[in-house]
Amino acid sequence: MNASMAKADTTAGGYNFAYLDEQSKRMIRRAILKAVAIPGYQVPFAGREMPLPYGWGTGGIQVTASVIGRDDILKVIDQGADDTTNAVSIRKFFAKTAGVRTTTRTTEASLIQTRHRIPETPLKAGQIIVFQVPIPEPLRWLEPRETMTRRMHALADYGPMYLKLYEDIARFGRITTAYDFPTVVNGRYLMSPSPIPRLDNPKLNRSPALQLFGAGREKRIYAIPPHTSVKSLDFEDHPFETEGWSHLCARCGAADSFLDELVIDDRGTRRYVCSDTDYCDSRVAAGSGR
Amino acid sequence: MYVAVKGGEQAIDAAHDLVAKDRRGNAATPELSVAQVEQQLGLAVDRVMAEGALYDRRLAALAIKQAAGDIVEAIFLLRAYRTTLPRFGASEPLETAKMAVARRISAIFKDIPGGQYLGPTFDYSHRLLDFALEEGDRSPSEADAQVEAASGPDHLLPVSHILEREGLIEPEAVADQPVGDITRTPPTYPADRDVRLQALARGDEGFLLSLAYSTQRGYGRNHPFAGEIRSGHVAVEIVPPELGFAITIGEVELTECQMVNQFKGSADKPPQFTRGYGLAFGRSERKAMAMSLVDRALRAAEFDEEISAPAQDEEFVLSHADNVEASGFVQHLKLPHYVDFQAELDVLRRLRDEVDLQEAAE
Repeated sequence: MNASMAKADTTAGGYNFAYLDEQSKRMIRRAILKAVAIPGYQVPFAGREMPLPYGWGTGGIQVTASVIGRDDILKVIDQGADDTTNAVSIRKFFAKTAGVRTTTRTTEASLIQTRHRIPETPLKAGQIIVFQVPIPEPLRWLEPRETMTRRMHALADYGPMYLKLYEDIARFGRITTAYDFPTVVNGRYLMSPSPIPRLDNPKLNRSPALQLFGAGREKRIYAIPPHTSVKSLDFEDHPFETEGWSHLCARCGAADSFLDELVIDDRGTRRYVCSDTDYCDSRVAAGSGR
Repeated sequence: MYVAVKGGEQAIDAAHDLVAKDRRGNAATPELSVAQVEQQLGLAVDRVMAEGALYDRRLAALAIKQAAGDIVEAIFLLRAYRTTLPRFGASEPLETAKMAVARRISAIFKDIPGGQYLGPTFDYSHRLLDFALEEGDRSPSEADAQVEAASGPDHLLPVSHILEREGLIEPEAVADQPVGDITRTPPTYPADRDVRLQALARGDEGFLLSLAYSTQRGYGRNHPFAGEIRSGHVAVEIVPPELGFAITIGEVELTECQMVNQFKGSADKPPQFTRGYGLAFGRSERKAMAMSLVDRALRAAEFDEEISAPAQDEEFVLSHADNVEASGFVQHLKLPHYVDFQAELDVLRRLRDEVDLQEAAE
């Protein structure tokens, strides 16, 4: 106990625990509380400059820094993997500034920061997942002005988004939004799920975990409280569809996970492997390897 | 079995070691000291302080050295440091009329009370490479000793006061409420002028320069004259609550630009000159001038002017002026996107399959 406390008290070069000062953390926690109270609503917050660049996870890092405690076990993934460069960098940042334990196991983590994926292993009650969000506004590509989009949210004026999806169907026979597929949270707010693939959208719905979203550059925080309904937009005759592969994972044989497509030679031969490295590894360890 | 495409911890560490090696360059060349950067690359230091929004010459010089001369990277380093500093309070408004001017010029009157001081400027120099500089340091000569920075009187009224006395220019707005703080309050639109000026003061010089230039070329033209530009040191005062009166805590070097703009009048305002204001740390004259043009362009709504040009569009200008934000987001495209790209591939392949099916049917 004493040893772990001593370790947790270590801060890098005179910075506060988890880098941010306590006043800033309190400000961010207030924004998070408001976000939890109004599911899917984007709460403006006075985002701080972080020592990592904007667009590289500063929103997620600020949210994580504000909710992380000394007993937390942190997992950081990017594209589903724990060993991608930016995930490594962010994990190191918290190991250094907060001295917390880190893990690659989804089941072991109390706090997961992610970019572009939700782990394949279902999340549990008590876990918190923090999403890094580049553009929090789902209406941004339809209306560039914040003044306008805020008004559209206030009036739940989401017709233009349905129109966009309808135009896709009229033109291409299907909805062409591949990732960051718009959702409606708790039957009220239109919400960007961050650029996760469609395969991950159903995992947002009624998740027992607390889901927090941080957009640092755009200075917005939003949240999905546990067990909240999250519906991907669709039409009765054009139901929401996820990605599908005619392959299994080449390592663990999984048929239900999001697969990375690897080009393994100059003739363009492809291999398909789970993007979620922890899921893949644990299946291989359990003897599911092929 | 499968090709590992993921980067790792060791690769990152090795990349950072390479940066350190590159920064040092050829070991036979003496290492650059922070003091040399601070003293001899002073204008780079000024820009890093202005856009890094922190007045500290030594730290700005350190950032420039660490960033190997990449100015935007140095600005980022300084910003990330600044954000961790505690905030003790706000200063009293700076009295730029009491600036110890090293330079002060006006383009609207030939002679102005207090006089014009050219000061250190690249203006009127012929941009010919000075090969003598290549030979290395000149030791200070007697001729140098005779060159002394001229400084004007302690108190020089702004040139705009001359116009104000005649009522020819809009009166200066007096701030009777606390000014906003863009580092503590998230941006909302429409923004007030205090907040706009803060955002412009730390906005990217290149971005503001181009926007300012665009107003001169007809995209939001506002007929500017350089009413006054002054550079020099100004005392910074604070009022500690326990004292209740102002004390001077130091001084900062600033460049201030007051642009005077023609205005034909509107339904509720008579024809008069209007103002654009620019202020930057150090001798950042180009930045201060660009800022004042953009400030005036952004006041279009105040004067019932048509808003048609990018420089007049508050949300456009303010949300894209910060180079730390812009640089990060543009460069985040380097991060892996293979999950999103895989999702795109999925959609594209499905669309192509349908096209193929249709063609086969025809």
